[in-house]
Amino acid sequence: MSEHIVSPGVYVAVFVALMVLTAGTVFAATVDLGMWNTPVALLIAVTKAALVVLFFMHVKYSSRLVALAVGGGILWLLTLIAGVAADYLTRNWVGTPGT
Amino acid sequence: MSSVADAHGRDADRHHPDLVHHFESLPAQKEAATFGMWVFLVTEVMFFGGLFLAYTIYRNLYFHAFVQSSRHLNLTLGAVNTAVLICSSLTMAMGVHSSALGRRRATVAWLLLTVALGSVFLGIKAVEYKDKFDHHLVPGERFQAEELHLEGEESRPAQIFYALYFAMTGLHATHMVIGIPIILFIAWMAHRGRFSPEYHTPVELTGLYWHFVDIIWIFLFPLLYLIGRHH
Repeated sequence: MSEHIVSPGVYVAVFVALMVLTAGTVFAATVDLGMWNTPVALLIAVTKAALVVLFFMHVKYSSRLVALAVGGGILWLLTLIAGVAADYLTRNWVGTPGT
Repeated sequence: MSSVADAHGRDADRHHPDLVHHFESLPAQKEAATFGMWVFLVTEVMFFGGLFLAYTIYRNLYFHAFVQSSRHLNLTLGAVNTAVLICSSLTMAMGVHSSALGRRRATVAWLLLTVALGSVFLGIKAVEYKDKFDHHLVPGERFQAEELHLEGEESRPAQIFYALYFAMTGLHATHMVIGIPIILFIAWMAHRGRFSPEYHTPVELTGLYWHFVDIIWIFLFPLLYLIGRHH
């Protein structure tokens, strides 16, 4: 398994994209998008994180074992969030006896 | 990269001084180290994940108090710090790149630049913290909810926001305070000529750690600083 050397041009392109997305998220926050402000902010953040993981952290060029570790981490994080959300988001769906 | 591997991935440089005896080859050794670092970073994701989850729940329960509290944070300083940290990720990526090419002086220079940018981030963070202490926005008996145009019952959820703000940014800053001496140590090793194109795994793993810290901030910035800015 030989090492993949990423060219500095790729790093600079990713850097520019991260800066543009940062400006984008600040701008988007000043516009009233109704219920969509938070989803847009999170979408931009996830995009930026993906750029960092894939290029700066070399996961795009790494082995499947490394990709599996990253994917496993994301899966466990989503499990944590889903488990708690299943409680908090559904509390008002049905009436609570005694209230 | 420079080693000649046979059909089983064994290296010609099996007696490379940096290859410990229980690994077959340098690439296998590096793969194990990279995998181990990622497993550590996954535990870090879960560590911060719990805080992000607590933040999400309280933000939904006390949205108004969170909006008012968030607006007291300095958007300009937060955005500048985001840019500083992204710059430091680029310089770190270039440091790892230089070490992979065996460029000793460039490696040291990029790593020191990364340390400088990380220090700028911490300096700006300190200015922001001081502002919150000056305005009595540290959770506790003397918390001044009036600063946030909140009164009565909304003081407590505002204190929850600031407790989470200090916990999350504080834990993030702690990671940087730990990361900076590690980078300095790696830079010193690079200066001593400890790394080569065949072996520079410590530089790579330090890079992974630093980029991870950048990712945490990528989420902290919009969640803490950018709530309800359009009102």
